[in-house]
Amino acid sequence: MPFKVHRIEAPSNIVETNVSELMSFYKLMYKMRRMEIAADMMYKAKFIRGFCHLYDGQEAVLTGIEAAITLQDSIITSYRDHCQHVSRGGTVLELMAELMGKREGATRGLGGSMHIYNRKNNFYGGNGIVGAQIPLGAGIALAHKYRGEPNVCITMYGDGAANQGQKYEALNMAGLWNLPAIFVCENNHYGMGTAEWRAAKSPNFYTRGDYIPGIKVDGMDVLAVKQAVAFAKAYALANGPIIMEMDTYRYHGHSMSDPGSTYRTRDEINAMRTERDPIERVKKLLLANGVESAEFKRLDREIKKEIDDAVEAAKAGSIPPDSWLWKNMYAAPLGAEMRGVLPGQYHAPAFDPEYKS
Amino acid sequence: MAQADRSTPLAAEPLPGFKRLNLCNAVNDALTVALDTNDRAYVFGEDVSFGGVFRCTVGLLERFGKDRVFNTPLSEQGIVGFGIGLAAMGHTAVAEIQFADYIFPAFDQLVNEAAKYRYRSGGTFNCGGLTVRAPYGAVGHGGHYHSQSPEAVFTHVPGLKVVIPSSPAEAKGLLLSSIRAPDPVVFFEPKMMYRTAVEDVPEGDYEVPLGVARVVVEGGDVTLVGWGQQVLVLEQAAAQLRKADDISCEVIDLRTLAPWDFETVCASVSKTGRLVVAHEAPLTGGFGAEVAATVAERCFTVLESPPVRCCGVDTPFPLIMEPVYLPGVARVMDAVRGVVHF
Repeated sequence: MPFKVHRIEAPSNIVETNVSELMSFYKLMYKMRRMEIAADMMYKAKFIRGFCHLYDGQEAVLTGIEAAITLQDSIITSYRDHCQHVSRGGTVLELMAELMGKREGATRGLGGSMHIYNRKNNFYGGNGIVGAQIPLGAGIALAHKYRGEPNVCITMYGDGAANQGQKYEALNMAGLWNLPAIFVCENNHYGMGTAEWRAAKSPNFYTRGDYIPGIKVDGMDVLAVKQAVAFAKAYALANGPIIMEMDTYRYHGHSMSDPGSTYRTRDEINAMRTERDPIERVKKLLLANGVESAEFKRLDREIKKEIDDAVEAAKAGSIPPDSWLWKNMYAAPLGAEMRGVLPGQYHAPAFDPEYKS
Repeated sequence: MAQADRSTPLAAEPLPGFKRLNLCNAVNDALTVALDTNDRAYVFGEDVSFGGVFRCTVGLLERFGKDRVFNTPLSEQGIVGFGIGLAAMGHTAVAEIQFADYIFPAFDQLVNEAAKYRYRSGGTFNCGGLTVRAPYGAVGHGGHYHSQSPEAVFTHVPGLKVVIPSSPAEAKGLLLSSIRAPDPVVFFEPKMMYRTAVEDVPEGDYEVPLGVARVVVEGGDVTLVGWGQQVLVLEQAAAQLRKADDISCEVIDLRTLAPWDFETVCASVSKTGRLVVAHEAPLTGGFGAEVAATVAERCFTVLESPPVRCCGVDTPFPLIMEPVYLPGVARVMDAVRGVVHF
């Protein structure tokens, strides 16, 4: 699928790659895929409760992005955030434990599925309210610019969030101040159950920034994503904000409570799997270039085992102690007392970012 | 209107003129009646067309057509602002916000536009036809953004009415009153009860008056005040306290928080001399504070112990620690014992 552009020249659609790079893409995407499938099974087995939004189908978007940027660039996204944890250097165990609400989790079991963060590697979450992360992304980009860092903020959101007012406020500010912000719309064509054409007057999300240039990319093609994001990063550092629309697809429903088949046909989902699956695409390229299928079998087994081990370890983890409920509301509690449910029951709120007790 | 005593099981069959419904069906019934009796009434919000994420709007599109029942994009501020405009033209706009947690982008519209419309136009304009419905409250696994109880912040805005039903029959009657009220209403539906609360609901068109509290259980030793899903917790606590401690609790369901029926509550406290208010929302600045302060002021000389609030903790709504956070039956019972043995 060729790039579509708005107010900018398209990057070249000739890409150079090699077996080693493609293998690294395959490994990461396959890991993401198995991880999300494991999360699905754990949810159905009731080890994971609450809300769980799976990313399978969309792996190429994140993998391509990570390939084009560094861990010093920032990423912020919505609640469909499990895979960002591993792409930003976290372990599968931390993710699984967080989903199960265990203290070994990425955010100590206190955030859950929608609130995964990684401070060291500049992953700002993991945000529950649709679209709320977009102005935050603009702010993060400003900080990068102010500090003179050669870094961008990748602000990810979906086609549903694209209709939120705060997105346009953020775009205006980013444009006004030439912020190194890359606004990535992961267009999986459905805002929960609503098809894009029923929610958006213009579903050409890459043009919705008006004065801000945009590129539409085949989000199921990891090489296209990498190429476009590398181009966008160079643009953003030199000139200012840019919007990217990733044409992608999620195999699961919006969340685990959505079967995903009431608003789209199984034929559509299957067609995506057979014709545009991002992992199969890379696998085919590798097979055609000398990698043995036995190698894939070995790799798949290894990755599956890693995920299974992480799931078992997460299951064996422990629940955070009650005392953590009162921690880290404020850095400076100022003698405040956090009242408990019982009259006369007070807890001094503790600032304890290490959660020592 | 609701069953007098939820501890007794339902009869085998509903009486004639009643239908056994859960809270979500009752809301659906109310919306159907509202749209049936007023052809300038509209129901809109995210995903309402196919029936809504909680199935409260099932069948409405088929019955009333897409000009009156329609989806909006994912834009809470836009939904409420649009509803205010529609209501300003004299139409009845029933806007759904998918979860009360998402109401905040619309907070400015509600506080600054809807609440003050009649007042700032010298009475010439109003958006009384606006009703904003939103599911609220703990649901077992909702976490930070699917469990909040934001009712207190709306009670603090003169010009808005805030209504919260505690059972299916209450929900249908209160929603019809809210939709037909000549003032903008924010209507919070206890989402935990959508499926789990089942009751015999009167068929047809009826209203439960706004601004009138309901004495759910009569008693003489202490007044328990709550709303929404907390009322059931209070009823259960009252039943257990009667058995275990021989304490007789009077349980009051406020139903409307703004304006609230302080007369019924004060009359009860004059009888019992003791007050416990309970709500899921965090303690500080919660609506319990308003109730406690009013009772302290008006009933000072008849109080046997200070008014007490048994509420959620002053933290964001936790995920895995929900049972620690909520003012459940055991905690309410402890609070009651505290005021009785003061």
